[in-house]
Amino acid sequence: MEIQDTKSTLEVTPRNNDKIKKIWKTAGILLALTVAEFIMAFTMDRGILLYVLFILLTVWKAKYIMMEFMHLGDEAKPLFYSIIVPLIFLVWLLIALAKEGTDIFLMRW
Amino acid sequence: MSAHSTAIGVSSKRGVWGGGNEPLKASYGKLMMWFFLLSDIFTFAAFLISYLAIRVSYPAYAGPADTFVGSNEYWPVPELVFEAVPFLHGIHAPLVFVGIMTFILISSSVTMVLAVEAGHRNDRNDVVKWMLWTMLGGITFLACQAWEWSHFIHGTDAGSVLTYINSLNREVTETVFGANLVVNEYGPAAFAQLFFFITGFHGFHVTIGVVLLFLAFYQAAVGVYDRRGHYEMIEKIGLYWHFVDLVWVFVFTLFYLI
Repeated sequence: MEIQDTKSTLEVTPRNNDKIKKIWKTAGILLALTVAEFIMAFTMDRGILLYVLFILLTVWKAKYIMMEFMHLGDEAKPLFYSIIVPLIFLVWLLIALAKEGTDIFLMRW
Repeated sequence: MSAHSTAIGVSSKRGVWGGGNEPLKASYGKLMMWFFLLSDIFTFAAFLISYLAIRVSYPAYAGPADTFVGSNEYWPVPELVFEAVPFLHGIHAPLVFVGIMTFILISSSVTMVLAVEAGHRNDRNDVVKWMLWTMLGGITFLACQAWEWSHFIHGTDAGSVLTYINSLNREVTETVFGANLVVNEYGPAAFAQLFFFITGFHGFHVTIGVVLLFLAFYQAAVGVYDRRGHYEMIEKIGLYWHFVDLVWVFVFTLFYLI
C-alpha cells in the first residue's frame, strides 16, 4: 500500500485572538447565567415569579448558544428566519398545554 | 449570488428564477443539519412542554423542605430529589451534581466552538486537540448521567411508603425504594416516566454526538479534511453538539430548577 502524504496542503492561518476571546467571553456569560439560576433556586421563594425568571434566563442562554456558538446570526437572513420563525408554533403549544394541564388539575383536585 | 455559479455554460445574468442560485448561502450539508435540528427542536419541545402540562396537573409539594416525604399525591420538589453526589453518601447536597454535569456539557460546547474556529483556519493540530477535549467532555457527561440514573433507580436508604396499583393490578401499600415505570419513591409515576424518557432521549443524542465527534476527530487526525480542502464537517458536527447542549439547558431548567 502506498503511504499517503498526510502533510497539509492547506494554508494554516494564525489564531485570531479577538475571536477566541469572544468565545471565552460567551462561555463566561453562560456560566454566570447558570450560577445566577442556582443562587435564585436557593434564595427565592418558589412561585410563578421565580419560574418566569428561570424560563427567561434559559431563553437568554439559548440565544447565546444559537447566535454565538452555532453562528446562526452570521447566516444569510432567509436561513436565519427559516429556523427562527417556525418556533412560533411552540408558543401556541405551550399556551394550549399549560391550559390543558391546569384544567386537568381543577378536575382532579 | 449567481456571479460565482459553477454550472457550465450558464449565463450569470439569468436572474433569480433561473436556477443555480444559493439564496441561503450555505452548503447542502449545513442546511440539512439545520433543518434536522429544527425538527429535533420540535421533538424535544413537545416532550418538555408535555412535562410542564403533566406537572401542573398535579399539586406541587408546598410544605417545608426538611419534612419532605415522597408521595404519589403531589409533585416532588426537584432539589429534594436530586441531592446526592458520588462518594458523598448520605450528605444532602441539592443540585450540586447536576450543576457539575451542566458545567461539563457547557465546557465541552466551548471546546467544540474552539475546534470549529480552528477548522476555519485549517489548523489541524488545534482541531484535533479541541475535538479530543470535546469528546472527553461528552463521555464524562454520559458517565455522570449513568450514575444519576443508577442512583435514581436504586433510590434512598429510607424509601417512601406509598399506596399504589402494582403491575398485577392490585392496590398495595408498601415501602418503595427508587424508581421504575410503575412506581417511584419520589412522586407520581409520571414523574419517573418523564425523567427516564426525556433525559434518556437527551442522553441518546449525546451518545450519537460522541460517536460523531470520534469520527470527525479521527478523520481530522489522519488528514482527511486537509485532502478534502476544507473542515466543514467539523462545523456540521459542531452544530449538532451545540444543539445537544441547548437541549440540556432547557432540561436542566424544567427538571431540576422548576
